[in-house]
Amino acid sequence: MYDSGKIIPGLIVFVLFITIPIWYNRGSAGAPPKIELPKDAKTCVLPAAEIRAKHMQLLNVWRDEVLRDGQRANIEIEGKQYPKSLMLTCMKCHTSKKQFCDPCHTYAAVKPYCWECHLAPVE
Amino acid sequence: MKYAFPLAAVIALVLFALLAVQIPGMQYLFGVVIPYLAMALFLGGFCYRVIHWGKSPVPFRIPTTCGQGYTLPWIKYDKLEAPVNTAQVVARMFLEIVLFRSLWRNTKATVYSGPKLTYESSKWLWLFGIMFHYSFLVIVIRHMRLFLEPVPWLVSFVEIGDSLLQIGAPLMYITDVTIVLALLFLLVRRLTNPQVRYISLINDYFPLFLILGIVITGILMRFFLRTDVDINAIKQLAIGLVTFSPTIVTEISSLFYAHLFLVCTLLAYFPFSKLMHMGGVFLSPTRNLANNSRMVRHINPWNPEIKPHSYAAYEDEFREDMVEQGIPVEKELPKQGE
Repeated sequence: MYDSGKIIPGLIVFVLFITIPIWYNRGSAGAPPKIELPKDAKTCVLPAAEIRAKHMQLLNVWRDEVLRDGQRANIEIEGKQYPKSLMLTCMKCHTSKKQFCDPCHTYAAVKPYCWECHLAPVE
Repeated sequence: MKYAFPLAAVIALVLFALLAVQIPGMQYLFGVVIPYLAMALFLGGFCYRVIHWGKSPVPFRIPTTCGQGYTLPWIKYDKLEAPVNTAQVVARMFLEIVLFRSLWRNTKATVYSGPKLTYESSKWLWLFGIMFHYSFLVIVIRHMRLFLEPVPWLVSFVEIGDSLLQIGAPLMYITDVTIVLALLFLLVRRLTNPQVRYISLINDYFPLFLILGIVITGILMRFFLRTDVDINAIKQLAIGLVTFSPTIVTEISSLFYAHLFLVCTLLAYFPFSKLMHMGGVFLSPTRNLANNSRMVRHINPWNPEIKPHSYAAYEDEFREDMVEQGIPVEKELPKQGE
């Protein structure tokens, strides 16, 4: 082999670079997020699977309707009235940002910009 | 049809993954076994190819120079296009790898009636090429949030920068748009430019369709078909893979497995395809050699060792025979009996 003094170190750097996740975690996968569900409420505005997948889209639609289009009418789900509001609807049951919102968002490195306008509850 | 087969192959791969993960137990195959195999093939194949290249001798300087070479000290020479020392070669390589400098020289030949042949600068290939590569890099860095816990600031920083436009929810990524645009340009270029179309092969189209498939399944998962794409379950699987304790904690959408399967295909295919230009760009002798043929003597490494054999030594060896045959010699034989 020719130029092995350059090629072999280059290859070693490449392999070390590709395997960064192995060195960085050092075998510890970290604890998966645990969230605290509300004790008294049984239903959400959408079924669990759907709200889990689409809550950010729902909040975005609510934000646009309420703030940009002025459509503040409540939504009705199974005879119950809900205001289109993060603070008045979501946070009414899910009272704790730290216990409910943050664990998953931190784990997946998602930074929702809700709290750039809304004041997070004091905890 | 050189493009129909690779397109059909990518669609078949997607359908295969979508259908196969419906079978109970196959999630483990597609989520754990195939990714490990693909990664092993990628790393092993990559090293094999590079070492294989390293075994090829490059006895002489063959850089492609495209500027004034060094001649006499007072004649200005092009340090980047005809580098004569290591520092200039490093600068040339750096600009090539980081800015794709040679594509900047891309020209387009057109024949007008007359007939008149013209060449004009065509920077589109450079623009969309660099757009594609950097988008891909940012996307790979962004995905590291699924493999690293806690997520390092660099990964978060790249993600914030990428979603800076704050369009929609989940936030649109700029690189998702640019990579699709760039891939479509590169594909359309292959199909519409007659010269490029003529030289394009199946193995030119396949990576384009494959990466396009990866991008499309990824975009669908993030923005449109979010059901069962549980990001935390996916992170537990991803981080489990890199800590060698993989677990699949819940039912994950089959779209995710299709995405992962295409990525595994790309990884496994990578070392055996033109995509190896990732390593090859560092090892191309037309770029990484100094143009110093006139300053340094380069000796062919497989030249046989030929010892000098002077006439005096020759005569020493054969003097007796020469005298016997009557051939004149410069030095006579030593006198007998002295």
